[in-house]
Amino acid sequence: MAQALDEVKIGGLGASRKRVEDDRFVVGKGNYTDDFKLPGMLHMEILRSPLAHARIKSIDTSKAWQMPGVHMVLTGDMAAQHNLAWMPTLSYDTQAVLATDKVRFQGQEIACVVADDPYIAKDGCEAIQVEYEPLPVIVNPYQAVAEGAPVIRDDKEGQTDNICYRWDVGDREGTERAFAQADVVSKIELHYPRSHPSPIECCGSIADYNAATTKLTVYMTTQAPHIIRAAVAIVAELPEHMIRIVSPDIGGGFGNKVPVYPGYVCSILCSILLARPIKWIEDKTGNLISTGYARDMYYKGELALRKDGKILAVRFHADTDNGAFFSDAQPTKFKIGLLHSAFACYDIPYAYMTAQGAYTNKAPGGVAYRCSFRVTEAMFFQERAIQTAANDLGMDQAEFRRINLVKDDQFPFRTPYGFLLDSGQYEKCLDVALNAIGYHDFLREKEEARKQGRRLGIGLSTMTEPLGAGNSREYDILGIKMFDCAELRVHPSGKAILKIGSKTQGQGHETTFAQIVSHELGIPAADILVQHGDTDNTPFGMGTYASRSTPTAGAATAMVSRKIRAKARKLAAHLLEVSEEDVEWELGRFYVRSAPNNGVTIQECAMAAYGNMPDGLEPGLENNAYYDPPNMTWPFAAYIVTVEVDPETGVWDVLRMVAVDDCGVRINPMIVEGQIMGGMTEAYAMSNMQFITFDAEGNCVGSNYMDYLLPTAWETPGFELHEVVTPSPHHPIGAKGIGECACVGGPAAFVNAVHDALDDTGVRNIDMPLLPHRVWEALTYKRDVSGAPPLKTDAD
Amino acid sequence: MEERRINVLVNGEPKSVDVEPRLLLAHFLREVLGLTGTHIGCDTTNCGACTVLLDGLPVKSCTMFAVMVDGHEVMTVEGLGMPSELHPIQEGFREEHGLQCGFCTPGMMLAAKALLDENPNPTEEDVRWGLSGNLCRCTGYQNIVKAVLWAAEKLQSEAGAISR
Repeated sequence: MAQALDEVKIGGLGASRKRVEDDRFVVGKGNYTDDFKLPGMLHMEILRSPLAHARIKSIDTSKAWQMPGVHMVLTGDMAAQHNLAWMPTLSYDTQAVLATDKVRFQGQEIACVVADDPYIAKDGCEAIQVEYEPLPVIVNPYQAVAEGAPVIRDDKEGQTDNICYRWDVGDREGTERAFAQADVVSKIELHYPRSHPSPIECCGSIADYNAATTKLTVYMTTQAPHIIRAAVAIVAELPEHMIRIVSPDIGGGFGNKVPVYPGYVCSILCSILLARPIKWIEDKTGNLISTGYARDMYYKGELALRKDGKILAVRFHADTDNGAFFSDAQPTKFKIGLLHSAFACYDIPYAYMTAQGAYTNKAPGGVAYRCSFRVTEAMFFQERAIQTAANDLGMDQAEFRRINLVKDDQFPFRTPYGFLLDSGQYEKCLDVALNAIGYHDFLREKEEARKQGRRLGIGLSTMTEPLGAGNSREYDILGIKMFDCAELRVHPSGKAILKIGSKTQGQGHETTFAQIVSHELGIPAADILVQHGDTDNTPFGMGTYASRSTPTAGAATAMVSRKIRAKARKLAAHLLEVSEEDVEWELGRFYVRSAPNNGVTIQECAMAAYGNMPDGLEPGLENNAYYDPPNMTWPFAAYIVTVEVDPETGVWDVLRMVAVDDCGVRINPMIVEGQIMGGMTEAYAMSNMQFITFDAEGNCVGSNYMDYLLPTAWETPGFELHEVVTPSPHHPIGAKGIGECACVGGPAAFVNAVHDALDDTGVRNIDMPLLPHRVWEALTYKRDVSGAPPLKTDAD
Repeated sequence: MEERRINVLVNGEPKSVDVEPRLLLAHFLREVLGLTGTHIGCDTTNCGACTVLLDGLPVKSCTMFAVMVDGHEVMTVEGLGMPSELHPIQEGFREEHGLQCGFCTPGMMLAAKALLDENPNPTEEDVRWGLSGNLCRCTGYQNIVKAVLWAAEKLQSEAGAISR
């Protein structure tokens, strides 16, 4: 009898297959946007505003026009002639492409210069003279709603204040009743600071408009090429089939490369006007001061608690600083994303939440930085509130969580905010983490150390998060429902090409998506080429963010493989000369049920699809599948961090970091672990050093890597990883998504650990990042430390 | 601007090119020579994506002028190894999943080469310190460190085999 295939050996599910992407990356043969050079290509640079809020009195571009090598100086007035001075955003707002009336944040785009090379283009920008009339500046949402605040968005008809949305969800009255019955009410107030995702590669595009064919090709750094194509069709009023978006290799995204940026639009307009390819590559400061910021949320909340530790209800309010334009992508129904997924992993009967967004004189904010829409904000607040509540009750951190976590037999579980959790083993994850860190031993060690004047602390974070938007019933962006497609072509020799609508920025789709096909069809992963990122050449997909690729495009890949297998079964029956009902499947092979030695491989079926098909069967072995997920997937994580705080300096060091992730079935364990470690590093960075803020004039402090500190190999702690597997009951292969869990749940573990080290001081909150001077201030003066802008200076 | 002739050995090949004095080394390598494996990240000597070896020592090519390498030797990722014959550092990054988006990787590998040239048998701490001039946003460094240690071991065993 034929030997059954070993799935791991052929690179199927569960194989820690080496990445195919690496073949080109390790020899420097990746193709990033800046690597493309087209014949006749010109270079574009952007002039940005030095002021955060000012009326533009005049723009004089005459000197720039006269410079040798300059081909065009584009201003807002010129763009307006093509109806492109403003553009719609992905959240039903508008955003200035090039400022015409006034500038609304420091770094806003004012003009751009197209020249023979980027050096001349930069010279051109410097030759432009702009006269400004400064206006009062707003750098936080409380200033924005204060009486007499200037209206930032006076461009919007009917906008008489700085509020950009209001939202509420949950059971207000039920929550009020529950609070009336509480033994203890635990309150917390904090700020999740503005943060920049800051991939190492900045944004950029090469627009290539062919005047003869009227086809526009744009090579660009986008995580969501198909959505961008739709947006360009709307913005530039071009027919969608004549727009081709190519998203080549991307040097990191983390949500920063989802929005549509003015630079992209300007490169397109200049290419149309000049009929030449136009390359625009942003510099780091441009990236840091003008593109998709995240977070910037102010919370006030409280938990209603029973003495025995049971949480009866939660309610909170969030104010968001959206910057000058509401331009981050949020699902239409959810103005503050999925913030109401907060507290989802706990069995809390009643909950209510309100939110309000404000326009300020800062760059657009609110992008989903390595998380589903606003989910990092949700889980950070949740876990800070949980730690504070446990302390207010005088209960053990782990025990308080255990009492309130949703139990295994409660799934599917409806949260009070309306989500349906699919599956999980929350207590098991918690126990694995507690055992791994040696919880009780550490508590004793902490006590002993305290007697000697040393400050140790332990921080827990347990959370589930909603991944894989949509379903289409609830989730859409710009009216386009959120689902994904995969197309599979199996060639005569049994080699295959898979085309997907999602787009890797380092997650390794070219490796892992082949593994899904391999799992379903038994074709070795090495025989499957994965294509993505080119809208002319791949089926529709909403893009890669919100950990949605595996839950949606990955599911579509499994489903299209099953369609292929169903057709191959017909071919097998034909080849084996039996009826289809008599054919059985094992990995990579069909056989006759009554004679298992009599079989054909999937490769033989593929050949038959092109060379020996039965009468009446359509030739070929190709198909596609659209997958509309029935629900979100809900991975769970338990993270524990131990730290030592130096009371003399406020510096804190991570002693150990344990991560237990249950992301369902792991397609490629090596890649899953890489994703967890990467996410945890960003979590550590946000808690410890990633500090970017604004002074009272709206100047961005942290506008380059000398000031905006990202951790190096030296600072980054080591990670101890563990796994629990609860397959998603509704995903075809049981996977849940993993790219963002650690970044979402991680920050609270670090921050809780530092607060735990200060647990005898009465300090309830120090805002992130927990810079040494903030920790020192809290410890020395026994007071909370706010990090909200404007930046405090020595003069304050 | 008046151009100046520079003579430089790039990945073992002599190059004689006229360049503007203000042309950055990173742009010279990428735009003039077409060696796009050297990436530009931050423009301020912080991220290290543009790291190349100048006479064997790591430098950040985004803040050096091309004219400064006149008469010197430069190695970029393209000179490290070929697809058919990877350098052990390149193999190590692949084996230990030391990269994700790949953007920092060329600079990271060249910094690693300089480190191993100087210290063929580094500890984990040595590697973390030696690579602390290079930023990675994807991996969390743990696998990069493993990759460099993997390469060190392979280079050591190769050297051992030769000396025997």
